[in-house]
Amino acid sequence: MKSEEIARILNNKIVGIAGCGGLGSNCAVALARVGIGTLIIADFDVISHGNLNRQYYFRDQIGQKKVWALTENIARINPEVKVIAHDLRLTSPDIPLIFKGCDVIVEAFDLADQKEMLLESVLIKLTSVPVVIGLGMAGWGMNNTIRCRKLDNIFICGDEISEISPELPPLAPRVGIVANMQANMVLELLLESEGTK
Amino acid sequence: MKIILNNNPEEIPGASVSVNELLSLKNFTFKMLIIKINGTLVKKTEYKTTMISDGDDVTVLHLISGG
Repeated sequence: MKSEEIARILNNKIVGIAGCGGLGSNCAVALARVGIGTLIIADFDVISHGNLNRQYYFRDQIGQKKVWALTENIARINPEVKVIAHDLRLTSPDIPLIFKGCDVIVEAFDLADQKEMLLESVLIKLTSVPVVIGLGMAGWGMNNTIRCRKLDNIFICGDEISEISPELPPLAPRVGIVANMQANMVLELLLESEGTK
Repeated sequence: MKIILNNNPEEIPGASVSVNELLSLKNFTFKMLIIKINGTLVKKTEYKTTMISDGDDVTVLHLISGG
């Protein structure tokens, strides 16, 4: 498929990203670069110094709300991307409202209970929407353990084993790999659904 | 009874077990899970009452923190 055709298809797509931390910010930037038409992003958190070792923010953005800083970063990369930003801590009832109309949803939360909440909500209330989750990206090295697998409408990116801990912190390379793997999975879903039409 | 658990055939004692019982049996101690039986999600609130029977295709996804 040629670049123009890819751009044309992606320009009409809507992708939701739940969380704008390590996974969400990097995934959003990758998708913005390839020209997804609309990104719906949501997070309540504020950028702190410690985030910069993996999250797509800059030193002069410390203290700002992640959703607004990410909106700004996306605009600087590709102003044609429409960004709908929600500054809130997502709960179960929010999910079907905020991500209504999405062609794909990216799960980019930090805590396991948030991941569970999002998955349950999408699987019950947005049944036909594929969801791409990030699971296991702590530490460094171990490149060959990071993979993507499909479980019906759930696509799992990560090593599924490494949990973040003080001994195994999250770091830019592995987090970035999983975030980009998620973005890559999103592209596969969006471009191949067009191919079968 | 015979079921498929995470794509592997398994032999489970009894004619049917609840989701909770299966988790116990298999030592699935992680708290955050997504469980599907024959492609349908089982809500956390229904683990005690939802039964698994012979021939069911069960997937248990362990969710870990990080992202």
